Amino acid sequence: MAQTTSTILRPADYISPTRRTVMGAVFLVMALCIWLIFSLSIVTDAKTTFVLVPGGSKVLIADLVFMSKPVLDILAFICAALGVYQLAKGFGRYTNTILGVVAAFFIVAFLTWGSSGTSLNLAGLLKVAVVRAVPLTLGAFSGIFCERAGVFNIAIEGMMLMAAFSSALFGSLVNPFFGLLTAVISGVLLAYVLAVLSIKYKVNQIISGTVINIFATGITSFLSAKFLQKYSALNDSGRFGTWDVPGLSQIPFIGPVFFSHNMFIYAMFIFTILLTILFFYTRWGLRTRAVGEHPKAADTLGINVIKTRYISVMLGGAMAGFAGAYFVLGSVGRFDEVMTAGRGFVGLAAMIFGNWNPIGALGAGMLFGFADSLASKLAILKVPIPNKFLEMAPYLVTMIVLAGVVGRGQPPAAGGQPYEKE
Amino acid sequence: MTTSEKETAKPGAFSVFIEEVRKNSLTVTILAIISGLLAGGIIAVVTTEAVYQAVGHSFFAGIQAIFVVFWNTYRALFTGSVGVPADIIAAIGSGSSDAVNRALSPFFESLVQSTPYMFAGLAVALGFRVGLFNIGAEGQIFVGALATVWVGTSLKGWPAIAHIPLALLAGAAAGGIWGMIPGWLKAKTGAHEVINTIMMNYIAFRLSEYLLTGVLRDPNKPIPISAQIEKSAWLPRLFDDPNRFHLGFFIALLMALLVYILLFKTTWGFELRTVGSNPNAAKYSGMNIVRSTVITMILSGALAGMAGANEVLGVNHNLGVAFSSGYGFDSIALALLGNSHPLGVVLAALLFGFLRNGAIQMQLTAGIPIDIISVLQALILAFIAAPAIIRTIYRLKEPKPVGELVTTSAKEGK
Repeated sequence: MAQTTSTILRPADYISPTRRTVMGAVFLVMALCIWLIFSLSIVTDAKTTFVLVPGGSKVLIADLVFMSKPVLDILAFICAALGVYQLAKGFGRYTNTILGVVAAFFIVAFLTWGSSGTSLNLAGLLKVAVVRAVPLTLGAFSGIFCERAGVFNIAIEGMMLMAAFSSALFGSLVNPFFGLLTAVISGVLLAYVLAVLSIKYKVNQIISGTVINIFATGITSFLSAKFLQKYSALNDSGRFGTWDVPGLSQIPFIGPVFFSHNMFIYAMFIFTILLTILFFYTRWGLRTRAVGEHPKAADTLGINVIKTRYISVMLGGAMAGFAGAYFVLGSVGRFDEVMTAGRGFVGLAAMIFGNWNPIGALGAGMLFGFADSLASKLAILKVPIPNKFLEMAPYLVTMIVLAGVVGRGQPPAAGGQPYEKE
Repeated sequence: MTTSEKETAKPGAFSVFIEEVRKNSLTVTILAIISGLLAGGIIAVVTTEAVYQAVGHSFFAGIQAIFVVFWNTYRALFTGSVGVPADIIAAIGSGSSDAVNRALSPFFESLVQSTPYMFAGLAVALGFRVGLFNIGAEGQIFVGALATVWVGTSLKGWPAIAHIPLALLAGAAAGGIWGMIPGWLKAKTGAHEVINTIMMNYIAFRLSEYLLTGVLRDPNKPIPISAQIEKSAWLPRLFDDPNRFHLGFFIALLMALLVYILLFKTTWGFELRTVGSNPNAAKYSGMNIVRSTVITMILSGALAGMAGANEVLGVNHNLGVAFSSGYGFDSIALALLGNSHPLGVVLAALLFGFLRNGAIQMQLTAGIPIDIISVLQALILAFIAAPAIIRTIYRLKEPKPVGELVTTSAKEGK
């Protein structure tokens, strides 16, 4: 966790004295929480057991068993030491990295405390987190495509829903691969509508996004109620099976968690690499980012702003379509009304939390997926925290990041503005 | 009118009328609604299996089947939202007040359906006028309903005259707080209110799930739903069952009037509108943008919260997990359709209310799922937002630029 968190919280070059003090105080408060709430509330000889083999996996490894209290005390001490150093001298540009480390320690301490005297399937928890991250990360990628070119896309939700519907329908009629293809196409078609409304007709981009969201919710629910519920053969697409990566999936703990999934999970990792290269190491990426930052300058240098925006938005639609197919072909194998349940908006949040950056978005998606996964395990851990509050976490941290408390994100400067050629 | 009369040599009254109609922006609105309704009929036709069977049989049978579907769809929409005309006439003729009540109850039910739309539409419209995008009406409706249910169930033995206003105010206050947070963040840190209101929506959903499966839940019910609120908090209904028409409709109208007075008849409203249409001018003339933003979001959230309160106090009398069905997003369409003017919002809300109620009837008699109205609303919203589409289809002329611009541009105040 430490690594992902540190990559998404990019260090800012300047840390104001106020922020230095606040951060130091935050570290100390976390240390106190670990010590006072977690460590002091458990008996001295309690043991924590982390199971490192997810259910059903054949790659076996011994459970991790340790004394809960000493581990918690050590974690509290390190956090406190970091806090004192931050208050005294400050970590400067590494402040956010250290914040990530402290937050990760806090999560580890929380899990240790929650499972003291009992056992927690850590591998299962992380495996589910990776799966839950898929629609969020891919949704965030869709947003990155659009927003890097200067078009707000709040219609990720609608595009995903539409794609989920067509992948279920055409997956049932033909086969899952054709279903996936139609999902991507339906995403592109809706993105084209978004592009025409926002770029050609210069409709406010939030409004055009809302149009698509309302339309997609309506038409998929309508068609589902009219046909899919009546003819169940139309809603039985099957799904992509699990494929173990040869070699890598045999690594204990890491193998089953990361390398024993269906292709959507691998696609998420591959797209992370591809998008990073595409946006930051190719001419196309530079041009697209230029259009999103300063369209007039880009236009002066001979870049076709309108065309670039159309292409980017439609690529974003294709990505949202792919993400939508996950809900059916990568998960349950059938379509249910409004089955995306707001994941598109969490994807948008992951994009912001990941600072409009593919690697950051992956990290944010994983973190939100982890929160989601942990929320479903809280009942087992018998911790006195309602899981609904943990489910709020992604939304809360997005608001905190947007407000600039933990280092302000840097959105593309021309986002949301239609471009008028002079 | 006068200019076009002078320019053309000798225009007949009819051609002047046509010319005026082609330039008027109200024409676009009306055509957008008609086009949306037509598109709804077309969708109903292409998704009916009987039509395909008939077309396969013979061409004329196909045409006939198409007309039958069209006719049934719109008839169900009309009788569902207004009532069966023959029944109404017969009921009035019979002179029995109970029969009249029954015959007219679809019409009043439409008004009941319009009421939450009015509150939520006013909430979004108020934001639009000040250049703010309150996309979080949905969440504000939820917290408003939660607070209202809490006041409605926990206070016992209060007189209605005090209990109803208190419950309504609780809803407004909760919605106001929910709106204030994104407003304050926008004003102080520049964080985009669209993202923050969306996030607040989901926080509200999770909160409602938590409360409705926890403290607010009625332990005697198998599903997570709150207990019924005390009778003393019920908004009075004006007619006997099954007519659910209640006082909330008039409260919504009163709110529309208050918003109108605030925006267009007070200095303060002028300041708000200036902040909305030209934030720079507002700033240089010494207007307080931070205060305007925060207060607008509070008022907007409060109006949305009242939508939730209204549904609890007037219609459902309790609160379930899946309670608000998309009012928040629909109200964006509605505010735009009403040109962000209180009167326009009231009319648009009536339209949406009648559509929604008619669609329920459509689902029952014509077998067309109710979700078709979402499609319809999306199309109407697209046509309104991009009038150029309607102008192209119906060959209308560009209007003269109008005075006041309702900007909802994203980058203001950054």
